[in-house]
Amino acid sequence: MQASSIPPTHGFWNLPVNAARHGHVLDAQLLLNLWIALALLALAHLILFIGLARRKRSRTPSLLLVEYLPIAAFTILLAALATHSERLWATQRFTGADLSAMQVEVTGMQFVWYFRYPGTDAAFGTTRLALASAANANPLGIDPTDPHGRDDIVTSQLVLPANREVDLTLHAQDVIHGFSVPQLRLKQDATPGTTTHIHFTPETPGDYAILCTQVCGLGHYRMQAILRVLPPAAFDAWLHTQENLHAQENLQAQTASTTEAQP
Amino acid sequence: MKPSTLRHPARSLLHAIFSTHHRNVGFGYLAISFIAVAIGTLLSLAMRLHLTWPAWHFPLHGLILPEEYLALVTMHGTLMLFFVLTVAPQSGFGNLILPSQIGSRRMSFPRLNALSMWLTALALAVLLAAFFVPGGAPMGGWTSLPPLSATPLAGPGEGLGMDLWLASIAIFCIASTISATNTLTTIVKLRCNGMRWERLPLTVWGWFTAALLSVIAFSVLLAAILLLFSDRHLHTGFFLPSNDLINGVLLQHRGDGSPLLWLHLFWFFGHPEVYIAILPGMGLTSMVLANFSRRRIPGYRLMILTTLLIGFLGILVWGHHMFVAGLNPFAGTAFSISTMAIAIPSFAKVVSWLTTVWGSHRTPSSAAATSRFPTPMLFALGFVSFFIAGGVSGPILAQPILDEYLHSTFFVVAHFHLIMSMAGLFGIFCAIYYWAPLLIHRTLSEPLGKLHFWGTLIGAYSTFLPMHFTGLAGEPRHYAQLNGLAGPGMTLLQSTMPLQRHITIGAIGLALAQLPFLLNLILTLLRPAQPFDNPWNATTLEWAPGSLNLHPSNQSPVVHRGPCQYTASGENFLTQWSELTPSQPKPE
Repeated sequence: MQASSIPPTHGFWNLPVNAARHGHVLDAQLLLNLWIALALLALAHLILFIGLARRKRSRTPSLLLVEYLPIAAFTILLAALATHSERLWATQRFTGADLSAMQVEVTGMQFVWYFRYPGTDAAFGTTRLALASAANANPLGIDPTDPHGRDDIVTSQLVLPANREVDLTLHAQDVIHGFSVPQLRLKQDATPGTTTHIHFTPETPGDYAILCTQVCGLGHYRMQAILRVLPPAAFDAWLHTQENLHAQENLQAQTASTTEAQP
Repeated sequence: MKPSTLRHPARSLLHAIFSTHHRNVGFGYLAISFIAVAIGTLLSLAMRLHLTWPAWHFPLHGLILPEEYLALVTMHGTLMLFFVLTVAPQSGFGNLILPSQIGSRRMSFPRLNALSMWLTALALAVLLAAFFVPGGAPMGGWTSLPPLSATPLAGPGEGLGMDLWLASIAIFCIASTISATNTLTTIVKLRCNGMRWERLPLTVWGWFTAALLSVIAFSVLLAAILLLFSDRHLHTGFFLPSNDLINGVLLQHRGDGSPLLWLHLFWFFGHPEVYIAILPGMGLTSMVLANFSRRRIPGYRLMILTTLLIGFLGILVWGHHMFVAGLNPFAGTAFSISTMAIAIPSFAKVVSWLTTVWGSHRTPSSAAATSRFPTPMLFALGFVSFFIAGGVSGPILAQPILDEYLHSTFFVVAHFHLIMSMAGLFGIFCAIYYWAPLLIHRTLSEPLGKLHFWGTLIGAYSTFLPMHFTGLAGEPRHYAQLNGLAGPGMTLLQSTMPLQRHITIGAIGLALAQLPFLLNLILTLLRPAQPFDNPWNATTLEWAPGSLNLHPSNQSPVVHRGPCQYTASGENFLTQWSELTPSQPKPE
């Protein structure tokens, strides 16, 4: 997908390439803020150096000029930045995903990510932690008695179609993990006992890094996974293959259990 | 052995160690900070070396394992934040200087004062013991988020090491609460005649506000630690969900709690904590800049107000650490606005500092014949520089939409190391150089002091400025390794390696830059003590003759005016204690 020759970050501020729809406004706001910060840093140091280097002793100026007016100007600047920023936050977070958004569940555990697709019935089966076991090929503890769970597809790679909204449901089994995709400008903690959501629209097909951003134990640094964004047609093909594979596995398991039942 | 049979130096040492005199207590606090900062620095160098050259075998140790790396992170943060940045400015100088600055011969509760210092020393010993227990020190960082910190199943260091960490911080909380109560009572009750509130030096306002925050913050942290201890050992579930599958073991608790509660309680403490670390330094910076500029502080009352305002707002912003932790997005907006609001009083402080030094040039014939840029002044200017450099990224991180990208990356590490650690450190050094005549009866060497300043300034900027850029590239905190694995994540992290090397070399330089300071201290202490008489021509009460050793039979000093009373030319000044009646000519 992404050619390895392309440098992963670009520009003066060293940001990774953005691949999400909301990333454009986020980047614009971030870059605006960074340039303002740099300008304020430079301006303050310039005033400091000129003030120290002046060969003439100046009088103590009026408070209005040196305190209240600059404070007022700075407050207006902050208010403007904050207003715009809170609007962006509200747009992204104050409402949930569209009802047509694709549902994927993300589960973090020391030190892997699992992704679950609801299958053809568009519903996730219930999970029980007591059943969870990677050794029994059921790391999420999907309850076999729940019919919704039978067609659930569990993967270790997050595959998503480009240009369709996704609603991620985040869980953790053991400790707090941080689900983050720098190239999609996403971050949300996955907390045990709590369900959190994050919704977004990937734009550019490619392979992106999923990094854990909340210290979670000795393997924290290797708790990485791949987010593969595919063109819609390729995604449909991938999903069909997964569904077929899963159906075959289920069939084999059923045959195996029936043969066991009739010795 | 009976004390009387001891030889004289041993007896005086014992006397000094177990004394309840605030000076001895203050030196005790500084000794604790010195041990902590030395160890904390070595730990950070080990972290940097490992991150840059992961295959390097450390002498006497070998390879650093991932869990050991995380233990280094945890212990570095805990040592520096609690035992250096909280202890030295607030408790150390708060004991050494505060009483004489308000004209008191003692602190309010001398025995409690000594007790809190000894409890702090005990807390340090308990913390360091965590290195030597099976499993080692905890690996959850200084925030110790449960469930990672709630069970030994979560990994090495989360057993006895974590219990020791909790015990240490619990003792520290008790000590800090006692110490803060003592500071508050001393400032409220023991000001000398004429020391009205608005005449208090800004350093005292810094100590006062930080003590108020300490009482509020540390008591909440103590409660949170007791609850976490109960979760670990009494099967409660304050911070744990009813079902938690850790390391293949299903933990079931009677309650159904949430780790988010810990985040709320911890950060309700944690954010005021960073202001506790920095407020005394802000006060000192204002005073030292004014002293060497021979200039009144513009808007003295405004500076008192902004100190209190920063403290007050500091209690209302803890949620900005939780924007992406599962906090309600509406709460995110509220915390974002309260956080941006802190930038306003902070900006007012910066403007006041810049105005104080603007055009502060004096003719060389000036009667106040102190040099314009002695080492304490340089460190105060360095404080201003770091406060601005770290401050400008504050409003960026305060915006939830941007925090969504920057949270828990090295951008945050760069931000707090500049504004809290480096500004805090420069505040401590400013205090040491400025008050050295009062502390050790000698002035420190100026050439070595200047070498120390420039080395530290350059070392600090080359270490912490590049961290913004590795953070913007996406480097998360607490990663024990940035190369050697496959996948797009590693491609991204590996691209920061040139910057990582730069940061490591900067950090080594920053550590080496402390050698001139140690040399300076040793050489100065080897010289005989000099008599001094207000060598910086300061206006505040700690420099009044005999102020250090006010004998009970001495008359208490009387204060006639606020600090920093200089003439416009900077030639003349009036100290707080000099007796000038209104009929005599007053400086304008």
